[in-house]
Amino acid sequence: MDGLLSQLGDYLNGNQVFTVSTLAMYWQGLVNTVQLVFIALIIGLLLSLPFAVMRSSKKAWLKWPVWAFTYLFRATPLLIQLYIAYYGFAFIHPAEGSLLSTFSNNALYPALLAFTLNTAAYTTEIFHGAIKATSRGELEAARAYGMSRSLMMRRIILPSAFRRALPTYGNEVIFMLHASAIASTVTIMDLTGAAYYVYSRFYTPFPAFIFVALLYMVLSFGIQGLFKMLERKLLVHQRPRS
Amino acid sequence: MLPAWLDFMGYGPRLFIGGLLTLEVALLSLLIGLVLGLLAASAKLSRSAFLRAIGTAYTTLIRGVPDLVLMMLLFYGGQIGVNAVTDWLYSVSGGTIDMYININAFTAGSITIGFIIGAYMAETFRGAFLAVEKGQMEAAEAYGMRPLQTFWRIRFPLMMRHALPGIGNNWLVLLKMTALVSIIGLSDMVQVADEATRANHAPFLFLIPVALGYLIIAGLSEIVFQWLTRRYNTGVLEGDE
Repeated sequence: MDGLLSQLGDYLNGNQVFTVSTLAMYWQGLVNTVQLVFIALIIGLLLSLPFAVMRSSKKAWLKWPVWAFTYLFRATPLLIQLYIAYYGFAFIHPAEGSLLSTFSNNALYPALLAFTLNTAAYTTEIFHGAIKATSRGELEAARAYGMSRSLMMRRIILPSAFRRALPTYGNEVIFMLHASAIASTVTIMDLTGAAYYVYSRFYTPFPAFIFVALLYMVLSFGIQGLFKMLERKLLVHQRPRS
Repeated sequence: MLPAWLDFMGYGPRLFIGGLLTLEVALLSLLIGLVLGLLAASAKLSRSAFLRAIGTAYTTLIRGVPDLVLMMLLFYGGQIGVNAVTDWLYSVSGGTIDMYININAFTAGSITIGFIIGAYMAETFRGAFLAVEKGQMEAAEAYGMRPLQTFWRIRFPLMMRHALPGIGNNWLVLLKMTALVSIIGLSDMVQVADEATRANHAPFLFLIPVALGYLIIAGLSEIVFQWLTRRYNTGVLEGDE
């Protein structure tokens, strides 16, 4: 990366704003953003699976706690959730070297916690909707084959629910990428944080923010393209026969 | 005098005023979003390829860029941009057009949120317009109504029934988006709570009531939407269609 950047210096031709050091900053921001969003999405996805199954259960003690969780996280701004996680850890002053102190020393961890729980709440609802939309005939057929509830869940309901949830989940991924811009408010140098730094250093809002907007756009459309490809692969059976 | 449980270490009144400001930003951006959404939906459904391209470019731009980045661009860049335009007008007109437009956090925030939600509204309205029966418009035309009359008397009220659930969802998205104006320095309830939290090292005392504030606003708007739904569903039998 450093070699590439020093080579880039010749092409920049003495540009006032986009120097080797600001480009390196944007690069670090890109790495931080992608890392934060990717890890939050993966853990959130893993959490949302059992949550969605619980949310679709008929037992009240399984269903309502998950409902309350998704309701609270979806009805309040992510910024507040981020602040609660960040200040919550920052002000407890745990002993040095403990697990809690890693949380309060590095804003990345509280941000990861808030983002993970937030995306888990949205994804749970997406999967719940997809599970509920399973056609009755499929369930009846599975029961007629003598499948138990858990086997039916594993073999019939979840595989088709995943496919139905795919387009909506793609939107959630893009939403999360955009929402992660607020990480810059809690001292994390993400893409938006890098853009803000460049703006305040050179007082050039247009190059600083338009460049970062383009980067986000490339990422968003990349994700969109990826999900389109996945849909083409996994939803073959829904395509019109020609 | 406020009761003790609403005092919040003296921040109670400021939190309340911040809540009103949140509501103001939300309502103003809803208005901007509804107008832009109607315009963009009409552009996307129009026969002119040029207008369709503008509508598509608008919604694509919004889908690709984070709300906070747009808000910062408008807030930090808006003043420079507006000044450049007014300076240019001043020099072109030889000094007759002399004006100064101030871009503060309130205008920048409301315009950005309205602009973003307008793109969401455009999709909602587009679907709703397509759901209105063509026969209704043909009947209006047969009665000799002018295009604008047909729009406001027939097309719009019939479309609203299909658009209301979408508008309700967009309103909730918008309401949460208003929290971002605290980042560009507007004293909404999030900003006041953030300041109070940092001054008092009390992470939950201020932030959780503000979160509840959002829940309350969302709950109250639910009632308004139920009333609107009843109004625009007049004459529709459930399970019809």
